[in-house]
Amino acid sequence: MMSKAVQEIWQALDEVKDPEIPVVSLVEMGIVRNVTVDDTRVIITITPTFSGCPALHIMKADIVQRLSILGYANVEIKTTFNPAWSTDWITESARAKLREFGLAPPPIHRGDLTVMLLEVATCPYCGSTNTSLRNSFGPTACRMIYYCNACNQPFEQFKAL
Amino acid sequence: MNAELKQALIDYLLAMADDELILGHRNSEWCGHAPILEEDIAFANIALDEIGHAIVWYELAADLSREERDIFANRMVYFRGAPDYRNTQMVELPKGDWAFTMLRQYLFDQFEMVRLEKLAQSSYAPLAEAAAKIRTEEIYHLRHTQAWVRRLGLGTDESHRRMQTALNELMRYYEQLFSPSLADTLLFQANMVPFQTELMVHTLELIVPFLVEANLIPPRGSNFVGPNDVIYRHEHTEHLNDLLSNLQQVARLDPMAKW
Repeated sequence: MMSKAVQEIWQALDEVKDPEIPVVSLVEMGIVRNVTVDDTRVIITITPTFSGCPALHIMKADIVQRLSILGYANVEIKTTFNPAWSTDWITESARAKLREFGLAPPPIHRGDLTVMLLEVATCPYCGSTNTSLRNSFGPTACRMIYYCNACNQPFEQFKAL
Repeated sequence: MNAELKQALIDYLLAMADDELILGHRNSEWCGHAPILEEDIAFANIALDEIGHAIVWYELAADLSREERDIFANRMVYFRGAPDYRNTQMVELPKGDWAFTMLRQYLFDQFEMVRLEKLAQSSYAPLAEAAAKIRTEEIYHLRHTQAWVRRLGLGTDESHRRMQTALNELMRYYEQLFSPSLADTLLFQANMVPFQTELMVHTLELIVPFLVEANLIPPRGSNFVGPNDVIYRHEHTEHLNDLLSNLQQVARLDPMAKW
């Protein structure tokens, strides 16, 4: 059973947004992996979405800042690659928010990225699958650029990992 | 882990980190100069990823050295001179033309992919976990650079000529990535890293048919081993000095600078 303090921290972290996608929280993205509290400090374990993600430093600072409002001054943030972050962990609620934000959510791949690369992207604006990949890389490490041939709108998809 | 093994692992991690850092920095020189806008975005991302991967390896080396991660990484990157860098010469060569850049990245990506698959089985868990993670990102790099190698190799007379010229040049340096060191043998015996020769055989099995399909002929076929060609990782071309003077300029002027 989760202690009240731990519960409160998870709730607070659910308000800390992804700095590059400010409509979803670090919890919804599956970035926060573990929270422990003892008498003197809080240990938050997070996992990077992309291993070299430059937003990681901002996420850490935002977590420290949010928890300081709760009165926790001694916060240690650990990072782990075990298990490696997967876009499959992005919650259904976050996927809906990504779509609303104009960012197509990543396809569920269950570990097989090679098959996933053949998936058709769905336009977040009109829902058409008549889309074409323009660039496997985008404005941030986690996005790729598509074009919707139905509504003539370029859009981005969250890159499956 | 005994001290000798630990030092061997730190050296291995630094060599990997230095390769990624220097290649990433070279690639970043295309930022704002790539042939088309989409490629500018793509290649800047690839540069960023490689530098990000370098940080991961520096951090693992910092943990083994019981040093603070950021301090260690900054010291390694900004305050070492060329003779202390352990990158291969292949990654420090000037960026050249687009054919040279793409082919170098492809050759490196394919090598990395083979190595990461093996490292994901490492008996040293932090290395295995990081390798498994980085591998998923490298899938995108390899797919991208393979497309360019095919496009340019099978493209116009000029693109083909430039690619073949780049290949003739790069294959002289590529072999260095597979050169074993005495420390590697220790690590191999501890099941921490793969055997260099095994990496070479696997990588060549993949790149040679791929290049041939792109109408590019590896200069010495699938057997590029030359006993007189050994280059050690502390040996560098003059190009590394130029690169470092650019990379380290701000840090050397103001060692306390933060950005």
